Amino acid sequence: MVDTILGRKIGMTQVFDDRGQVIPVSVIEAGPCIVTQLKSVETDGYNAVQVGFGEVKSRLVNRPKSGHFSKAGVTPTKHLRELRTDDTADYKLGDAITCDIFKPGMRVKVSGKSKGKGFQGVVKRFHFHGGDMTHGSMIHRKPQSSGATDAARTFKGTRKPGHMGSENVSVRGLRIVRVVPEQNLILIEGAVPGSEGGLLTIQRMQPR
Amino acid sequence: MALGPETIREIERAEIERSRDIWADNENRRREQDAKEKKRTEFERVSVDQRVPLPKFRPGDTVKVHAKVVEGDRERIQVFEGVVIADNNTSCRKAFTVRKISYGVGVERTFLLHSPRIEKIEVSRYGKVRRAKLYYLRAKVGKQARIREDRNPTR
Repeated sequence: MVDTILGRKIGMTQVFDDRGQVIPVSVIEAGPCIVTQLKSVETDGYNAVQVGFGEVKSRLVNRPKSGHFSKAGVTPTKHLRELRTDDTADYKLGDAITCDIFKPGMRVKVSGKSKGKGFQGVVKRFHFHGGDMTHGSMIHRKPQSSGATDAARTFKGTRKPGHMGSENVSVRGLRIVRVVPEQNLILIEGAVPGSEGGLLTIQRMQPR
Repeated sequence: MALGPETIREIERAEIERSRDIWADNENRRREQDAKEKKRTEFERVSVDQRVPLPKFRPGDTVKVHAKVVEGDRERIQVFEGVVIADNNTSCRKAFTVRKISYGVGVERTFLLHSPRIEKIEVSRYGKVRRAKLYYLRAKVGKQARIREDRNPTR
């Protein structure tokens, strides 16, 4: 069985639990993910299911892609991802993986592309402390020294200002609050990476 | 597909309805209790379809909020009566702040309007105010903290 599903972040709201406590939740449209290709050790060197997710306008599907989809006999989808699993025999082309693989209370890992923050300084980007704003400091949010003078160069990986965000981020251990199979919705406690409408991968975590 | 903000509003509406269902249950329980005490066998049930309407109130009104409080391992209902001084947020996140003077000390509590922890809300007095947030009441005591009564409330 596959323990992962693709989804789209819709937004956040809050719901009440049985005890009347408020839970902040992210609403995610998860699945259905259509199986488009089965990969096996014999042909590809590993086992995986390739799945597609999301609607796409037909004019945006190029020739190679439309050929790939028609080979599987499914309507083209916006995203294609591979989900590693050893028992690909459970699936055949065109099968749908839906959000009912999740149950409330399960812990999941949610991965997605974080919101782009643009070119940022070191205080925001790496949590440098920065200098005093007052008392004649003149060092407000500067990165200061980039290394010793003896080395006569700056070491690779030294933290500097630069582009921040818009990278793959995972949040682990989030709890599933509710699953609505009719609408392909799952409600996950807490915030998930990325902007609304962004693609997410939701993977079940092994209970400890 | 193409689920968007409407989906979120839908979830929030469902949350509100769930809270109204709980209110209907509470009301039925109260009526049953009442009937038992009066040794009547019949009483009128509130159907879940009708639901118990939320009392309409605005900042300036005096309300009695019957809230559940946990004491040790048992729950009981506590009534908090005071003036509504603010309304916050919308939809299932809607909240209101109630202010009362308890033993000479001003006490404010913010309740979530649709919380299942609220048993019942009663309006005991309608007030006439010209502001949405009555935070100025915090600086006033005694006679100055009075609010004119609205004799023809249009809520």
